[in-house]
Amino acid sequence: MTEKKIFNPVCPIPISDYPVVLMAHGGGGTLTGQLIDKLFMAAFDSSQLEARTDSALLTVDRNRLAFTTDSFVVSPLFFPGGDIGSLAVYGTINDLATSGARPLYLSAGFIIEEGLAMATLWEIALSMATAARAAGIAIVTGDTKVVERGKGDGVYINTSGIGIIDHNLDIGPACIRPGDVVMVNGDIGRHGMAIMAARESLGFKSRIESDAASLSSMVQLLIRAEFEIHCLRDLTRGGLASAANELAATAGVTIEFEEPKIPVDEAVAGFCEVLGIDVCHSACEGRMMIILPETQAPQCLQALKNHDLGRGAAVIGRVTEAASAPVILVNAMGTRRILSMLSGEQLPRIC
Amino acid sequence: MKYIDEYRDADAVGRLADRLATEVTRPWTIMEICGGQTHAIVRFGIDELLPDGVTLVHGPGCPVCVTSAATIDAALDLAARPDVIFCSFGDMLRVPGSKMDLLTIRAGGGDVRTVYSPMDAVGIAQDNPEKKVVFFAIGFETTAPTTAMAVYYAARENIGNFSLLVSHVLVIPAMEAILSSPESSINGFLAAGHVCTVTGYNAYHAVAEKYRTPIVVTGFEPLDLMRGIYACVRQLESGKYEVDNQYARAVRPEGNIPALNTIDRVFEICDREWRGLGTIPHSGLKLKNEYAGHDAELIFNVKPVISAESSVCISGRILQGAAKPPQCPAFGKQCTPEHPLGATMVSSEGACAAYYRYRPSHNRKE
Repeated sequence: MTEKKIFNPVCPIPISDYPVVLMAHGGGGTLTGQLIDKLFMAAFDSSQLEARTDSALLTVDRNRLAFTTDSFVVSPLFFPGGDIGSLAVYGTINDLATSGARPLYLSAGFIIEEGLAMATLWEIALSMATAARAAGIAIVTGDTKVVERGKGDGVYINTSGIGIIDHNLDIGPACIRPGDVVMVNGDIGRHGMAIMAARESLGFKSRIESDAASLSSMVQLLIRAEFEIHCLRDLTRGGLASAANELAATAGVTIEFEEPKIPVDEAVAGFCEVLGIDVCHSACEGRMMIILPETQAPQCLQALKNHDLGRGAAVIGRVTEAASAPVILVNAMGTRRILSMLSGEQLPRIC
Repeated sequence: MKYIDEYRDADAVGRLADRLATEVTRPWTIMEICGGQTHAIVRFGIDELLPDGVTLVHGPGCPVCVTSAATIDAALDLAARPDVIFCSFGDMLRVPGSKMDLLTIRAGGGDVRTVYSPMDAVGIAQDNPEKKVVFFAIGFETTAPTTAMAVYYAARENIGNFSLLVSHVLVIPAMEAILSSPESSINGFLAAGHVCTVTGYNAYHAVAEKYRTPIVVTGFEPLDLMRGIYACVRQLESGKYEVDNQYARAVRPEGNIPALNTIDRVFEICDREWRGLGTIPHSGLKLKNEYAGHDAELIFNVKPVISAESSVCISGRILQGAAKPPQCPAFGKQCTPEHPLGATMVSSEGACAAYYRYRPSHNRKE
């Protein structure tokens, strides 16, 4: 067997660009993409990674499995509409679900900061248990590490998950076709703004609650109803904009959104205006894009609306052949602009 | 959303654009001063709705963009000191000086914090008496009153560990510098609505008169912008050069008197270097002598340095309205929001960043 050269002594991200890791490298935007593309992809070199799906799709003894992992470093640990525990369960479930898998088993790894109140950890563990039970998934293995005070933010959680793909649909970016319509299962940007409101000392209260939720039952409902789903993608860090850009780039198409059709809660829209943040860049944790042929759109929309998490569902755009940019936003006045990925860290504007 | 939806009414904007088209007889070039307006114009595609002959050029009114590289280098030096907590508005964090930005300093261990108000920085100073807390005071007359209030409060309460690195700039000297430039082709101005909420617009009459150029105080939403452009073109078509207020829901002629008094109490006028434009006389604010104990430049003995800028970048001409972003050979190639070469790409409100972010089909790297 020839040994494959996997070690490249020259860092593929030029030192002159960023000699150290910035917060923006974890923001889900352009720099995260560069980190993954140039550093991790280069080092790991696996065909499953190249597919750029939310989960790795693996075939074991003719069974199709989905396998994924996600880490949670949210601050504050508790926020309106959720906490780090439920988020850690939903996040991994949603990555499995949007790969078309039925989630089965979950692992949980805890990196705990010395001094964290035991009652807090108990509350987080209970929240994880409740979330897992509600989603019909079992937490079956785990790990605990404690780091010195000051070296963690209370607690960080990693979850990995395995799910089974027990249908014959092919779901993924490669299946996206020009002419497909793009739907979302509800209003966007709520998780990001709920966290921002809880974290930042802005001096005004908000009623914004995170949208964090398990998408699994809704995805299973769509699959059982035999909709010809081409692709699903949950909207997480970087929001609708980053998810759409990733899909469009991988599929080699353009996604065109109609801005007035994108559902946004009024409080979220107001909060984004105040902070100067594009709501399309604000994170979600219980929202996904559903991409499928136009002929199936009306029935699929109805099916979504019949589900608790899909009451606010809407058709927000369509897929075209690759055009001048990966994602285009058409506003109410009919003018068109690029909807780009979040570039760098999300920072409020001065004025 | 109240106060937003009615000013994003697509039909009303369209009707006004149609009226404008029937009334324009000659080509006109109008500059919007403010980066917030540039951002809104490109985001909503307002310029694409205008009839041929009405051209918008983008002004120098992005305080983040025009803060000189030398000042940012000074900020980076302060932020890297172990005895300093450096506080800044958010979008200043990723603006590069001659070598790096505040985010990199933070990643290297500097205590750099985002605040929403200078008063938050005063609170941080009170909570951390063993540290020196420096607030990076940038912005036009819009942010100057809050900075002034913070330093006034710190002086009154004897909060000796709070200081300001001041780089405030003033609008009217920049407008005059642009109008005096031989390259200027500007027929009319949209004045920055937010600045005028503080300054009012009485001082604009002399500028309009001296340069025979109409000035329309304009807001930031699509309908505001279209109304401002329409009002400006109507004046131009009828040979007038007056000051008009299309943002009357927020702006009064005399401005915000208590805010102006606060600025006067704390600051005095000085010459200021603008990134991309050079030094403009009487275009900045600095702390008065009685506040020297809160002046970071004096406390830390900040030395003036010359910071090199890119030789390819044409941001100076863009800031004067003499060129548009896609005309720059580096736009979208060597120069992107992740790796800006010059002033107009560094902040989300800079003209180059707005074009890069929102405009399809400009020459961009693959």
